[in-house]
Amino acid sequence: MKHLPAYFTFWHILGHYSLKWTAYLVLAFLMLPIVIIVPLSFNAEPYFTFTDGMLALDPAAYSTRWYQAIFSDANWLLSIKNSFLIGALAATLSTVLGTIAAVGLSSPVMPFKRLITALLLSPMIVPLIIIAAGMFFFYTRFNLVGSYAGLVIAHAALGVPFVIITVTATLSGFDRSLYNAGISMGASPVKVFWDVVIPLIRPGVISGGLFAFVTSFDEVVLVLFLAGPEQRTIPRQMFSGLREQINPTILAVATLLILISIALLVTLEILRRRSERMRGTEF
Amino acid sequence: MTPSALDANDTASARRELRRRKLTAFLFVAPLLLFLVFAFVAPIATMLVRSVYHPVVSELIPETLEALKDWDGEALPPAEARAVFAADLKRLAGERLSGKLAEEINRALPGSSSTIKASARKLGRMDDAELASAGGAILAAADAAWENPKIWKAIRDAGAAYTPDYYLTALDLEMADGGGVQPRDGAKIYVDLYTKTLRIALYITVLTLIGGYPLAYYLANAESKNANMLMVFVLLPFWTSLLVRTTSWIALLQTSGVVNSVLTGAGITRSPLEMLYTQFSTVLAMTHILMPFMILPLYSVMKGIDPSYMRAAMSMGSKPIPAFLKIYLPMTLPGLSAGVLLVFIISVGYYITPALVGGTDGQMISNIIAFHMQQSNNWELAAALGSLLLAMILVLYWVYDRFVGAGNIKLG
Repeated sequence: MKHLPAYFTFWHILGHYSLKWTAYLVLAFLMLPIVIIVPLSFNAEPYFTFTDGMLALDPAAYSTRWYQAIFSDANWLLSIKNSFLIGALAATLSTVLGTIAAVGLSSPVMPFKRLITALLLSPMIVPLIIIAAGMFFFYTRFNLVGSYAGLVIAHAALGVPFVIITVTATLSGFDRSLYNAGISMGASPVKVFWDVVIPLIRPGVISGGLFAFVTSFDEVVLVLFLAGPEQRTIPRQMFSGLREQINPTILAVATLLILISIALLVTLEILRRRSERMRGTEF
Repeated sequence: MTPSALDANDTASARRELRRRKLTAFLFVAPLLLFLVFAFVAPIATMLVRSVYHPVVSELIPETLEALKDWDGEALPPAEARAVFAADLKRLAGERLSGKLAEEINRALPGSSSTIKASARKLGRMDDAELASAGGAILAAADAAWENPKIWKAIRDAGAAYTPDYYLTALDLEMADGGGVQPRDGAKIYVDLYTKTLRIALYITVLTLIGGYPLAYYLANAESKNANMLMVFVLLPFWTSLLVRTTSWIALLQTSGVVNSVLTGAGITRSPLEMLYTQFSTVLAMTHILMPFMILPLYSVMKGIDPSYMRAAMSMGSKPIPAFLKIYLPMTLPGLSAGVLLVFIISVGYYITPALVGGTDGQMISNIIAFHMQQSNNWELAAALGSLLLAMILVLYWVYDRFVGAGNIKLG
């Protein structure tokens, strides 16, 4: 787009540049709020804003005290542990069940395909507050409220749609004749699934699992309703921090979470490329 | 060998084979279905039941309700029925449950709580035999309100285990005295709230569309190296925790926050603006959070549109704007409808961001449901409000499935 065509009139050029600047403006709107958090988290004062010292780039105005505060606070440490633990267990559960189901769903003869797909994807659409209220009523009967098991089950249900979407997308590029070949040579469907299907769709399965992990890692509404104080997670801790006493520890946590998202984005991109290669002619 | 027609045996075995393959496919899906039925469907069903099923009163005074069954509801109930209630009330006073009954009846007939509590205290000291023979008179002596059929009617009505009351409340309606429904006196609390929620969701959808459409167009038509780099700026916010993004809006918008410092520093405003804890901050933060849900489906559709269509239209003399409206816009409709419905559906049920940056003005229906769940403990009303919200979402989801196909959602 560097060289504009010679036949462009004034109005073409105006349109071209206004589109470009609108696009950059929207990008700035998307990125600025995230970028701004990072320097603020190094504030030496307990404020949520830039101090005069920070604007003058005075080194004394910056400090890592809020990062130290995270790691010396038992509540934050517990919530970090919980977030990873619950996220990992929930993601495992939804990835295992979701991957197996996605294989069945992408079969051309699957009965009630449309209805079942809509049902499996519905946890993504139903508002969290409704899910939270329903789970609170129902899980109480099984003593699952205020337990790790309850949160893992709840978060696994939320992760299912993401696993289904990513794994079915990968399977759409999967050559079904490989599956049929395995069956026709006498292997059971389960064996073909393990030895043929899984190795080929692994990148899609891993990215589905990552989606499920992030869903749990970022989720707070169900935690608010279902978790006891022992099960507090990072978002839960941030939520109460933002409601009760705002201090820059939250900004330091937020910065660390941004780093995690960047790592995740990179991992997903690598997986996507690998999955695209797998769809090529390599096998 | 000559090809022979399939005989009945072949047809039967083919049919058997197909059935077997269908069963195999279904067995793969079955574990997840069972899991979701327990973890997700049953909870939602419980909530739906909860919104109409309220057995508290019928469990507290089953015998009274049995005795009131044949009463016409006009005059005072027969003395025997009142005596049965007196016995029930004495038992409840002994079990320390009369307060609970008072609270329930009070909801149907405001002011009756003190009548029931005071009478329960007096009856607690009475003799059982005396209550059985002259219970009605003893009640009337304890409080004159027992001579008015109104309170008996309230007891009978509150005794129904299944009740539409919570839905009526959720729709700002109430039972009229002569049967039928009528608007509740005073403000239209919940209907107004649903309207406000839909309005806020509409603002957000329009804003994400205004920002998202040109950006998606620019990204889809930029050189691919440049576009991939810029795409990261869309995906990173998408992947960043919701709480992080809400936090940053609080840092930006608060009274001593970054935006106000810039505005006062540049001399644009003399005193800081109150932007946080308003409807404005809710709409702004949610527009930011949901923008990628608009951009991603639009981008993936626009990426597949051949730019030569537009060039062809313009080379044949069409002006850019008519060419855009007649050629390009219709081709982006699948992505447009996906983005619009997705953003609208998600924003209608949003809870966290309004709860943190909304103040009182920016509260949406989800926040009131949470309020009734956690603070007022009116779980049945929360369930009724939630069921209405769910019905709204399901209609939208159905529309989405018809026009876009639920299976066609793309991520990243």
